[in-house]
Amino acid sequence: MDVGAPVRRQGPPGEGTIAERSRPGRQAFSFAALDVDLVEIPAAFARNTPPGLPEVGESDLVRHYTRLSQMNYGVDTGFYPLGSCSMKYNPKSAEAAAAWPGFARVHPLQPDATAQGVLELLWRLERALCEITGMARATLQPPAGASGELTGLLIMRAHHEAQGRQRTKVLIPNAAHGTNPASVRLGGYQAVSVPADERGQVDVEALRSLADDEVAGLMLTNPNTLGLFEERIEEITSVVHEVGGLVYYDGANLNAILGKCRPGDMGFDIVHINTHKTFATPHGGGGPGAGPVGVVEHLVPFLPVPRVERDETTAAYRLDVDAPSTIGRMHGFHGNIGVLVRAYLYVFLHGADGLEEVAERAVLNANYLATLLPGETPLAFPDGRPMHEFVATATPLEKETGIRAMDLAKRLIDLGYHPSTVYFPLVVDEAMMMEPTETETKETLEAFAAALAQAVAEAASDPELLHEAPVTTPVRRLDEAKAARHLKLRW
Amino acid sequence: MRFAPHTDDDVREMLAGIGVPSLAALFDQIPASVRLDRALDLPRGVSEMEIMADLRRLAAGNRHADELVCFAGAGAYDHYVPSVVWALAGRSEFYTSYTPYQPELSQGALQALFEFQSMVCELTGMEVSNASLYDGATSLVEAASMSRAGTRGRVLVSGAVDPRFVETLETHGKGAGYAPEVFAAVGGRGGSPEVGEDVAAVVVQHPNYYGVLEDVSAFAEVAHEGGAKLIQVFDPLSLGVLAPPGDLGADIAVAEGQSLGNHLNYGGPYLGLIAARMADVRRMPGRIVGETSDVDGRTGYVLTLQAREQHIRREKATSNICTNQTLMALAATIYLAWLGPEGLAELGRQCAAKARYAFERLTALPGVEPLVPDAPFFKEFAIRLPRQAAGVRDAAIDRGVLAGVPVRGGDGHGLLVAVTERRDRGEIDALVDAVGEAIA
Repeated sequence: MDVGAPVRRQGPPGEGTIAERSRPGRQAFSFAALDVDLVEIPAAFARNTPPGLPEVGESDLVRHYTRLSQMNYGVDTGFYPLGSCSMKYNPKSAEAAAAWPGFARVHPLQPDATAQGVLELLWRLERALCEITGMARATLQPPAGASGELTGLLIMRAHHEAQGRQRTKVLIPNAAHGTNPASVRLGGYQAVSVPADERGQVDVEALRSLADDEVAGLMLTNPNTLGLFEERIEEITSVVHEVGGLVYYDGANLNAILGKCRPGDMGFDIVHINTHKTFATPHGGGGPGAGPVGVVEHLVPFLPVPRVERDETTAAYRLDVDAPSTIGRMHGFHGNIGVLVRAYLYVFLHGADGLEEVAERAVLNANYLATLLPGETPLAFPDGRPMHEFVATATPLEKETGIRAMDLAKRLIDLGYHPSTVYFPLVVDEAMMMEPTETETKETLEAFAAALAQAVAEAASDPELLHEAPVTTPVRRLDEAKAARHLKLRW
Repeated sequence: MRFAPHTDDDVREMLAGIGVPSLAALFDQIPASVRLDRALDLPRGVSEMEIMADLRRLAAGNRHADELVCFAGAGAYDHYVPSVVWALAGRSEFYTSYTPYQPELSQGALQALFEFQSMVCELTGMEVSNASLYDGATSLVEAASMSRAGTRGRVLVSGAVDPRFVETLETHGKGAGYAPEVFAAVGGRGGSPEVGEDVAAVVVQHPNYYGVLEDVSAFAEVAHEGGAKLIQVFDPLSLGVLAPPGDLGADIAVAEGQSLGNHLNYGGPYLGLIAARMADVRRMPGRIVGETSDVDGRTGYVLTLQAREQHIRREKATSNICTNQTLMALAATIYLAWLGPEGLAELGRQCAAKARYAFERLTALPGVEPLVPDAPFFKEFAIRLPRQAAGVRDAAIDRGVLAGVPVRGGDGHGLLVAVTERRDRGEIDALVDAVGEAIA
């Protein structure tokens, strides 16, 4: 491209909002004729002005949201190596089963006797998740990972209160996901940051110096947020246990260790799982997720209610709320059941052998992709063996050419890919966190690496391509400062 | 059945490329002492047809609303979900994507969420909304957090608010350092809060847990006189016929959004709605989508005001929500566009008329009375039965009718009955017959 030539937008045309298609009197709805007498809404309660909802026909409705879907990139569209998010293939069978009326049309307050199938499913899933994580019991109620974190912290809190202990702090590695410190605060604790050493592992000596009798616990992912296994994990959990703290496992990276090792065996006391990461329930554009939480035996009394219990003599399942030490309820009903149906399918479809293979192939793919990285965007921690994901850094490229991780990401969009996570974790400059997952082929990884290499080469030869990218999308780079300054949050 | 596509040759070549001898060697950094030296104690993997057979068996173990006529409500309702909703929300370009971190690749979801926020504002008469929360109960938790500031920390909740919402608030309050205080409902209606200088918010539900229409404006006045916020829990599908929270003086409005195009799903996934005044926008939790323009001046959408959120503010954030319920919000958006203002009004009229018909016929049964006398209601009401409600409900199930949900508390004789537009006169008559028989 000639320097200074106008960038030609190549993407499809945009789509106005549904309100712009609205015409008074047009309608998509239909109802049966009313077969009882109309009643008057008392004037004191009645709405006087109808809401400004769009008035469109059904064909317009379909065209509009189909167009919007075409302006969206998903795992079914292409490779989506978004680090820390496990964007793996979502089985279609799970979608089909969750939509059956026997799951989708069951009311949450039906008597237990009429919901034995779904209760059995939840009971079996709970046990499977406990076996996978090495925990004694679990709650399936938290509707997302962050809710699971808070559940775990409230259990931690209840445990210390039951021991008659006042604790104030929870330790978190400085690379942790933002939900960790936010959850700590909502749990009523102060977050204290634990540094990593130069190898990207928890600095155990620093941890030792921070571990005192004010510490309620430690939150940790393993493999950690840099994609590395914490090799001194037993020492880490012991240090916390020695001061009477509990160790919380953030399950964001559980995909890497399925069937290989278990948080319970490493000394963790509380574990949350993101079913939308590890167990392939669709991410939904940002939810629904599900964040089951498992605990070791002595913390079981604190689990939320209702719990699913089984009467061993009659084999009948029931929702049980009789638990005097419970932290209470984390969700209005029993959690994101439709998501858990999909997770159940995934777990039992794979079985013990298949889940272990998931971990092996996820780690294989990440390590293979890491070997294909251009020299200008190397691993941030080259001495460590990546697990299911790794963090690369664009710092060498940036120093050489001024091209940043975000520019590479935008150029990758034009080359047909969803980019990696960028600028997370915060502790790595120009971070590019890549998680290919196990469901990608060798060819896909090679093609992506070639695209990355091409973008890196262009950073020197044709930097405008990167500065101007993306040009193939419905919109190009968006003015986020304007969005925050001139708030327009509705039509 | 596996989804990893590797051939044996692939694995060999990739291991060679990495420079390790085996797959096992990739896990060498895991200390031997914590490695699992056995297979997981789970069955071996099966084929798709086998797992589907297992799931069919489990699904068959549940009664469901296609064959058990549903008059149960208490926060989850059997409204009709038009086919178009999930034909569109079920497009995998939507459901296999994630939080729109790369907005250029996510304009579809971002614009749909902008439309969702717009429709929630139109519906509620409020100024600002967000991209959804988990469900109704946790939305109330977020609204309480938004309200609490400085020395105003107490949260007063009407005794006529859904008890599951109150329990959820109690759990979350344990960490945040407050316990919601329930002021007694009087005769099935809101009650009288005493709003002192330390009160952050008064919470009232309209229509309330018993289905009764509340005088929200009066509560708003009391709350505002004491300098507190008024949080209203509302029913989104009532707002075609009932005055919206924005007109009643609510500062924050929250709701369970399940009834907007989402299936019953045994309790989830649902979605939480929250709407507030623009003055409080920086205290709103969760993702918020804003309109902006791209470098060519073209209209586009981004996540905005992110400085509020956990990934920026970390331990200073007032909410930890990250993943929310985007797909459910998309379904709600499509559903509301399907309804439009006239559909929403017609739906409201049908619910109100059918509920009234059911109420008149049920309370004409000998020994059946309204639980709350002379109370106006919308689509749900509570009756007092001459026997334990759970037993009556169970007997009615044998006649193919889920008659309702036993009212929490009291002497166990209360039954909540919800009647949506989906029920016809014949089904309501069958409900009355089933209840009549059960109490005879």
